[in-house]
Amino acid sequence: MNENEDRLQRLTAVRPRLISFALMHLRDRSQAEDVVQEAMMSAIEKNESFARRSGYETWVFGILKYKILDAMRMQKRHGRWQPLEDEDDDDAIDRQFQQNGRWQQSTRPSSWGEPEAAFETEHFWQVFDACMIALPENAARVFSLRELMGLSTDDICKELDIKENNCWVILHRARLRLRACIEKGWLKEETI
Amino acid sequence: MMMCKEATRLMSLKQDRPLTFQERVSLRLHLSMCGACRECDRQFTLLHEAGRRFGPEHDSEQDDDGH
Repeated sequence: MNENEDRLQRLTAVRPRLISFALMHLRDRSQAEDVVQEAMMSAIEKNESFARRSGYETWVFGILKYKILDAMRMQKRHGRWQPLEDEDDDDAIDRQFQQNGRWQQSTRPSSWGEPEAAFETEHFWQVFDACMIALPENAARVFSLRELMGLSTDDICKELDIKENNCWVILHRARLRLRACIEKGWLKEETI
Repeated sequence: MMMCKEATRLMSLKQDRPLTFQERVSLRLHLSMCGACRECDRQFTLLHEAGRRFGPEHDSEQDDDGH
């Protein structure tokens, strides 16, 4: 009984993180809340089957991942996505480089300091969050599947029905956009 | 000679699949000469790590019966 109480508390505590995780993939607040609701219900129902091989939160995230993938498939089937090839954000990328392929002076990457230190500040995650939301939809979708969900590009291609090469191009652009956005927000010590 | 833009393509690719020998060599050569790209390379790695942290902390490959 005590243990169940404890899990329920942990479930409530992790909910905001589940929601922002789902939001990154689905980019729709109410859908994100729905899948998190489903995942939490499912975690409570399957409480007994939690095998302790991983942490409880990790297990709940595992459940959420399936729910998100289902919801993404549904979005796709209902034609709520732009075609993945159509998002031509070359401009935003090109602006980071000179004609000859070197960095522009204004966008030259500078040091973000120690990753561990960055991860420990609230500010970094606020910037990360804001920059993820600012990504174009398809870039965000592919990047989330790859880096947040940890799928291989091969799996992503099957899931989204695109060519692997296309996937790599999208990821390259997404990373360049993210790095530029985070650098702007992160090095400027102010909240976005 | 590979330029920064092309180098960032390889840095990104590196996060998704192992580079070929030739890709590795040309990237390393470029990085040895370009401080800005070395930062960018660190940033891509940090983004990768941030993505993992954002979710459940690390082990993304665990199997579970959540479906």
